[in-house]
Amino acid sequence: MSGHNQETQTAEETSMEEKDVQDKMISPEKSEEAKLKSRYPNLGNKPGGSDLLRKRLQKGQKYFDSGDYNMAKAKIKNKQLPTAAPEKTEITGDHIPTPQDLAQRKPSLVASKLAG
Amino acid sequence: MAGPGGDMQWCFSQVKGAIDDDVAEADIISTVEFNHTGELLATGDKGGRVVIFQQEIENKNLPQFRSEYNVYSTFQSHEPEFDYLKSLEIEEKINKIRWLPQKNAAQFLLSTNDKTIKLWKISERDKRPEGYNLKEEDGRYKDPNSITSLRVPVLIPMDLMVEASPRRVFANAHTYHINSISVNSDEETYLSADDLRINLWNLEITDRSFNIVDIKPANMEELTEVITAAEFHPHQCNTFVYSSSKGTIRLCDMRASALCDKQSKLFEEPEDPSNRSFFSEIISSISDVKFSHNGRYMMTRDYLSVKIWDLNMESRPVETYQVHEYLRSKLCSLYENDCIFDKFECCWNGNDSVVMTGSYNNFFRMFDRGQRRDVTLEASRENSKPMQVLKPRKVCAGGKRKKDEISVDSLDFNKKILHTAWHPQDNIIAVATTNNLYIFQDKVN
Repeated sequence: MSGHNQETQTAEETSMEEKDVQDKMISPEKSEEAKLKSRYPNLGNKPGGSDLLRKRLQKGQKYFDSGDYNMAKAKIKNKQLPTAAPEKTEITGDHIPTPQDLAQRKPSLVASKLAG
Repeated sequence: MAGPGGDMQWCFSQVKGAIDDDVAEADIISTVEFNHTGELLATGDKGGRVVIFQQEIENKNLPQFRSEYNVYSTFQSHEPEFDYLKSLEIEEKINKIRWLPQKNAAQFLLSTNDKTIKLWKISERDKRPEGYNLKEEDGRYKDPNSITSLRVPVLIPMDLMVEASPRRVFANAHTYHINSISVNSDEETYLSADDLRINLWNLEITDRSFNIVDIKPANMEELTEVITAAEFHPHQCNTFVYSSSKGTIRLCDMRASALCDKQSKLFEEPEDPSNRSFFSEIISSISDVKFSHNGRYMMTRDYLSVKIWDLNMESRPVETYQVHEYLRSKLCSLYENDCIFDKFECCWNGNDSVVMTGSYNNFFRMFDRGQRRDVTLEASRENSKPMQVLKPRKVCAGGKRKKDEISVDSLDFNKKILHTAWHPQDNIIAVATTNNLYIFQDKVN
């Protein structure tokens, strides 16, 4: 905004330009918002609204059922397949399985490294 | 705090945890808490384990070594569970630990995951009985016919054994995820808060709790805010506060009514509507609220700042401290990488003169309220020589970066310090990085 330019522009234009610069200077948030909206044009206008909150309330991985959950845990553990122990052959057939017979997710008995 | 002439400086004391960069999920520290005397320091992690450190008694009176903490006890507090009704996994991560004031030889603490609170008793055993009449030393029973005389068993010293046992399990009272627990000054009750409700418990009774706050709307589509933290007043057993995702704090008086949905006081800083942006509400969400020790103030932490409120003034905070204002121009990427939802905690020092909170790049900040000074320090293995004085760090927000400054774009946003704790009576602090616990003390001359 040198003195030169102001002679050729109207007072209105100058003040609008100043406001523009001021806007960017005062509100980095607003320019960040513009950046976000340009990347995600479908973003709703209510950021703190119920969608976000409900996602937060639902935190925790959802599984189809408990079988799905146990399979997922077994994969992570990467342990031997269920056909392993010979004494467990009684599980199917005449023998009715009880919770004690079935492979359970063993709790992590590994000590914390903070205590090492 | 650091600087020439009389200002406090901080020194490295200890660091706990593994050095390797490959961090197992279970080792992520999720809570840190000193007990009421500061002699014990508890940590909880994502794997559901609690580790308790004890201040070395012999060194307590040697100023330079008084912050030496050694492992006292460690146990598995919570296990992963599966909610069969909702097909949802329940994490074993310890969200909060709160100590009970000590009443007898044993120590008690409350630890909670998303759904269940447990009361743990930690007791010492340093004597064992010897000389039973009916049993051998290894426990086998003697043949009664072989016993010809009687003797009185004696207690003989043994190596100290610290046992942790669960004394109460407070379960099935929270539909949503527990974010806070707080022991009442009456030492009989405590509160637990989830996203929408707050319950009041008696420490002795596990099958019943009173619901004292319920902000669940009849129609979940109308949900606009959730509870983010709650705490009892340190002296007034009828008073508690809870903070919200919209940046408000409500103070409630349990004498007013059984259900404290209607607050006694509402603390909210007015916002300039012209400054409002997409991010405004998200960054105003309060991640932690803590009463001062003297009970006259409370501190709140939102994404970019720490605010001190006078309990007698609801209209605005009395002090506001910027933690990392340079992040305001990075909100877009912080939203994209979810860092904008990080929940930082904050804490007071023993005499309420200094407050502390964490930031990114393993930086943490201290604000001296009286001296109007603040400092940025770093918890890193590079500054971990015994008693090494921590050098203040500086972030360069823009323009020319000076030597020793770090630019905003070089900050490591995966290195967050969310949990810090200050010894209740001394200048000893515990700072948790992702999987390491640092202990610092003030420099002794």
